Amino acid sequence: MWNSGVARKVLLLAILAAAWEAYSRWLANPLLFPTFSDTLIALVSSITSGRLPRAVGFTLTLLLKGYIAGLALAGLLTAFASATRLGADLLEILTSMFNPLPSIALLPIALIWFGLGDNSIIFVLIHAVLWSVALNTYAGFRAVSPTLRMVGQNYGLSTGGYITRILVPAAFPSILTGLKVGWAFAWRTLIAAELVFGVSSGSGGLGWYIFENKNQLLIPNVFAGLLTVILLGLVVENLIFRTVENVTVRRWGMQT
Amino acid sequence: MSLLAVDGVTLQYNNGTQTVIAAHRVTFKVDRSERFVILGPSGCGKSTILKAVGGYVKPAEGSILLNGKPVVVPGPDRIFVFQEFDQLLPWKTVKDNITFALTASRTLPRREAEDRALTFIDKVNLTQFANTYPHTLSGGMKQRVAIARAMAMGPEILLMDEPFAALDALTRARMQEELLRLCDESKFTVLFVTHSIPEAIRIGTRILLLTTHPGRVKAELDARGADPAQIERLLFDGKLDDGRKNVE
Repeated sequence: MWNSGVARKVLLLAILAAAWEAYSRWLANPLLFPTFSDTLIALVSSITSGRLPRAVGFTLTLLLKGYIAGLALAGLLTAFASATRLGADLLEILTSMFNPLPSIALLPIALIWFGLGDNSIIFVLIHAVLWSVALNTYAGFRAVSPTLRMVGQNYGLSTGGYITRILVPAAFPSILTGLKVGWAFAWRTLIAAELVFGVSSGSGGLGWYIFENKNQLLIPNVFAGLLTVILLGLVVENLIFRTVENVTVRRWGMQT
Repeated sequence: MSLLAVDGVTLQYNNGTQTVIAAHRVTFKVDRSERFVILGPSGCGKSTILKAVGGYVKPAEGSILLNGKPVVVPGPDRIFVFQEFDQLLPWKTVKDNITFALTASRTLPRREAEDRALTFIDKVNLTQFANTYPHTLSGGMKQRVAIARAMAMGPEILLMDEPFAALDALTRARMQEELLRLCDESKFTVLFVTHSIPEAIRIGTRILLLTTHPGRVKAELDARGADPAQIERLLFDGKLDDGRKNVE
């Protein structure tokens, strides 16, 4: 039992929940720090009332739109960088300029450019995804061994076939890292954007759900929202990406 | 007509500051079913010559003709076997590595490609590893897969660039034997590059000796009855004190 990592982690989680419950009961101030059980009740009732699932659906839809648009642009930029030296320089300059810039810092200007609504958030999400994905993909392509390149050319593949069937799989460990980092950036950016500007963008996402409940001093709901953010992040990062990793780079013995 | 005719080929590359001549006016011919070995010390340009035959490097002068047609780009009629273990696609199983080579090059449709893949996996005694990924195989097994893949393609000529150089001595000897057996079975034409004199004599039917800086043809001789000491003398002009003495 002790040798099972899952069992150990479940035990730790149970201890943390018990500590939360004990501390909040001792504090006895539900406005500042609701109990674990109240948070769970709020979570269940928010789910059954359909408010929380709607917020989650809204947030995830927006996130996917931004993520996919970011990936498409990253693909274009990487293709340009791989094809020409000028493109490579451009990618290098742009990533070193924009990668350190937190996407959320662009939201005020995005609101002026694109108005209140989804578009300005999507713009910010693209910025969150684009640079890390493009940089990692490009680095992955460059790191494909000369031997593997020659093997690919040996089969007389067309340029497109050579890219999709040799270069992309060979660079996949790096690409996957880019996808993971891009996702993490996008997720944090989106929640922050919804929290601060949710009302102005007219969105009903998860960040807005937290913000609104705080305004109404429904603190257990605020905690339920935070818990949902954590759970969704865990599901995507540890379930989806881990599974992708297991059936690809781990199975191929290519993980870095 | 010879299968492969390399005529007066000079190969050079730019190392950033100056042009380096890798091979100077190299001429040789390879006939069908021959195992032609290019033998020479490191830096004699033998790998570059092989890459030029493969179509990866353009000669500065001279011509390379395969079946009378000039070699321009890489193609599935000249399949490479490299020294490096990473020549297998790590994201494909042993069987899929071979099947992919056959279908990607439009040599065979999928179903027949799979059958051919299994046949050649069997030829190199790796049947029980057909569905495993390359990273689980030993170095020798990887090279056997690479050889099986190259032979399954049924190329006009196999280009082998020191394929056994990274293997331990025992595995190396076994692989040499296996290669000879496979060649005898199917009459492959092989262009084999090595810096090991015993390997050249063992594998080759004919041997081309190259000297270094730049690579020039020193002699061409029959592998049968070749004398290692004489080859060594030819390669190094008797000067064995410069640390290039080949001990195998």
